[in-house]
Amino acid sequence: MSAIQTAGGDSRTRSYGSKAGLGPPRRRVPRVAGWLGAAPLLVFTAVVFGLVLGTMMVGAFTTPESAPGGARLTGANMSASLHGPYLTALIGSVKLSAVSALIATVVGLPIAHVVVTSRFRALREAVLAASGVLANFGGVPLAFAFVATLGNAGVLTSQFHLLSHGWNLYSFWGLTLVYLYFLIPLMVLTLTPALEGLRRQWREAARNNRANTFRYWTHVALPILMPSLLGGYVLLFGTAFSAYATAAAMVGSSVPLVTMQIADALSGNVLVGQGNVALALGVDMVLVAGLIVAIQLPLQRRSARWLA
Amino acid sequence: MARLTTPRYGRAAVLLLTGAYFLVPLACAVAFSTGVGVPGQHIGFEAYTGIFTAGGFTDSLALTLKLATATIVLVLGLLVPALVTVRLAAPRLRTLVEIVCLLPLVVPAVALVAGFSAVLRWGSDHVAGTPLFQALVALQNPDFPLVLVLAYTLMALPLAYRTLDTGLAAIDLRMLVEAARACRAPWSRTLLHVVLPNLRGALLNTAFLTLALVLGEYTVAAILGYQPFAVWILAISGSQAQMSVAVSVMGLLVTWMLLLAVATAGRARRPKETS
Repeated sequence: MSAIQTAGGDSRTRSYGSKAGLGPPRRRVPRVAGWLGAAPLLVFTAVVFGLVLGTMMVGAFTTPESAPGGARLTGANMSASLHGPYLTALIGSVKLSAVSALIATVVGLPIAHVVVTSRFRALREAVLAASGVLANFGGVPLAFAFVATLGNAGVLTSQFHLLSHGWNLYSFWGLTLVYLYFLIPLMVLTLTPALEGLRRQWREAARNNRANTFRYWTHVALPILMPSLLGGYVLLFGTAFSAYATAAAMVGSSVPLVTMQIADALSGNVLVGQGNVALALGVDMVLVAGLIVAIQLPLQRRSARWLA
Repeated sequence: MARLTTPRYGRAAVLLLTGAYFLVPLACAVAFSTGVGVPGQHIGFEAYTGIFTAGGFTDSLALTLKLATATIVLVLGLLVPALVTVRLAAPRLRTLVEIVCLLPLVVPAVALVAGFSAVLRWGSDHVAGTPLFQALVALQNPDFPLVLVLAYTLMALPLAYRTLDTGLAAIDLRMLVEAARACRAPWSRTLLHVVLPNLRGALLNTAFLTLALVLGEYTVAAILGYQPFAVWILAISGSQAQMSVAVSVMGLLVTWMLLLAVATAGRARRPKETS
């Protein structure tokens, strides 16, 4: 038996194979088939993902081969990615993501609350289904819908002469308004299970202890919802931070964003030889995204406690 | 009885404002593409009827659909065997498979494409003249860029994993397989005629979500220099603003109808299965 398992050859297989005797006996399920079934997925991700991430890491910490002296180990790319226009873009991205995620959280909570406590089942299901669609409705179509609505030649802009009132869609706040279109539905989807976990009895108990609505929310509901709110906020931040298509289709480069800087550096719109700085910026983004996941996972686990 | 819910006017206001924010842009997009509401514009549906004859439309749509098909096949081909065997034969691999599938969440699309272009650049510098070079050329074939399929597959993994895993959790896989095996069905038959039909809903959902992802994907294709659907929309927006909005509206409608179809198919199937 163990000979068959080690025949897989890869070290993981062997370490599991040695413990196989501890597992419950399984009838008629050949164990080798199990390893083979998972192998294509593991090999695919290891090769493609490993190659891509590996090259990115190497490129971020070496000089380009076309440079005098060839490829050498350097920290210059990373430090360049944290200086000058790149730093401005990084800060711009963080600011946009932080602000739009905050607004979406503050606006999403009452919407989700109204939807969850609604007496009409149809309304709930319709809103949740629509949220599922809208949360994924990013990218180019979203940008064009807003350009047609509030752009310089947009329907609302020309009907209400918004331009003379200083309106500009192609700005920080314009982009925030557009981002909310997919961030708010995402927040509603994230908060719904947590809000469904709020028991009616808790509210009645608070009521019996003479707590008014305000005190109920500040002392009972919000503390319970806090992990979900924070987790949702972090998720929204990450979504806004890595968004590119919407901004690229809409504002061009009038709002500095790190995703746009990477795309520009890759397509050679700026100085030649900035490719490795783009890789360094990519590493910056992966670090931020990794941080976000590291914050979100424990919060998710904590908020799941109340849903049981 | 004490009032336990938000005041009625508050609820109505919240719903009204939310509805307005989400419906107005869609309505305005339709108005803009038909010429209603834009002063000095001729009203009509030319932007919609002209879509099919517009230059590049069929090419970009065909490319997108080809990419979507290949991505769906690859995603399902990798995930279904892995998830089925993780549940049946190798439960200890579960964590590893989960981590591998969720890892792409940490790499934003822009960072992913930076990595891909670095690999391609490095490859073209170093493997010229070797057999690997042919593979590199095939990866970047403009008629069917395999490199996009690889990137999309990675990007689709997290959602596809969650959808399929939920679907698998809902059926008693072990019992189904053991019953089929007890009837002397070979493994291939067990998978094709017992496991997959029971996963129909989850497979359909996964395929739809992957299709939606590929239909709307812009970042990777644009930066690597290919022109599938989303990139084409942006390319024509300069000269034909109305039509680009019209195509966006159509794309959205098609996506919604697909989602509705999947949702209703899932709902209609359930009573039959429990009977």
